[in-house]
Amino acid sequence: MSYLYAAYIVTWLIHLGYIGTLVQRYSRLRREMQELEREP
Amino acid sequence: MKRAFPILAILTAILLAYGLYQALWVAPTEKTMGDVQRIFYYHVPSAWTAGVLFFANFLASIAYLVWRNTKADALAVASAEVGVVFCTIVLVTGPIWARPVWGIWWTWDLRLTLTLVLWLIYVSYLLLRRFSTSGQTPVIAAVLAIFGTLDIPLVYFSIWFFRTQHPQPVIGGGGSIDPRMLHAFFINLVAFTCFGILVCWLRFRLEVRRREFEETQALESLLEPRSVS
Repeated sequence: MSYLYAAYIVTWLIHLGYIGTLVQRYSRLRREMQELEREP
Repeated sequence: MKRAFPILAILTAILLAYGLYQALWVAPTEKTMGDVQRIFYYHVPSAWTAGVLFFANFLASIAYLVWRNTKADALAVASAEVGVVFCTIVLVTGPIWARPVWGIWWTWDLRLTLTLVLWLIYVSYLLLRRFSTSGQTPVIAAVLAIFGTLDIPLVYFSIWFFRTQHPQPVIGGGGSIDPRMLHAFFINLVAFTCFGILVCWLRFRLEVRRREFEETQALESLLEPRSVS
């Protein structure tokens, strides 16, 4: 059973980790866009 | 798509939850392998979704080479990256399944080796996109992607034409499967495909926005008045 749970947990850890990096990249881009807009 | 996205995301989450319930509680336990066989419901749909995304990368790469369409290039990057995530899951869940069933984590079997080669091809594709500064990078990457796609049929047919450690396909391979197992499998197949497409769409939007931002930044720096010394 532990192998089964390990496989399912690892699958979701990889997916959530990747979605986390996407969110991080989105927020960094938004911040950079706001900085560009603020520049005189 | 922008308005439909939250609805599609909720539907996909419901499908994934239903798929998990089917895989863990509804599908019967396989007689020979026991509960560990339930890894099948995540392993195979992940492999299928990786294949779909790499095929999308192939089509987008051809579209870029023919029409030089930058959105096709952005789709190629997005599908390759998300495809690598799903292929990583295949390469991780496979050994976790193999250890209790075969007694080993890994063997240099044709199917396993070709899957690893496929993963390496697309990782090298992403590294090329990430670190090459040449203006020809999208063209070189598109050509690499087209050749990389040739590995997909080799991975799929390797267990049909060669004797391998990897089991023969149960579905479409002449084997029989319990209808409840088949149901759990198809629910997860649909759920993972929808999930892969949604994540790819998110990554595609990010790529398009990033390129738009870089263009604006380049334009602004050109229009900036320069001080004359």
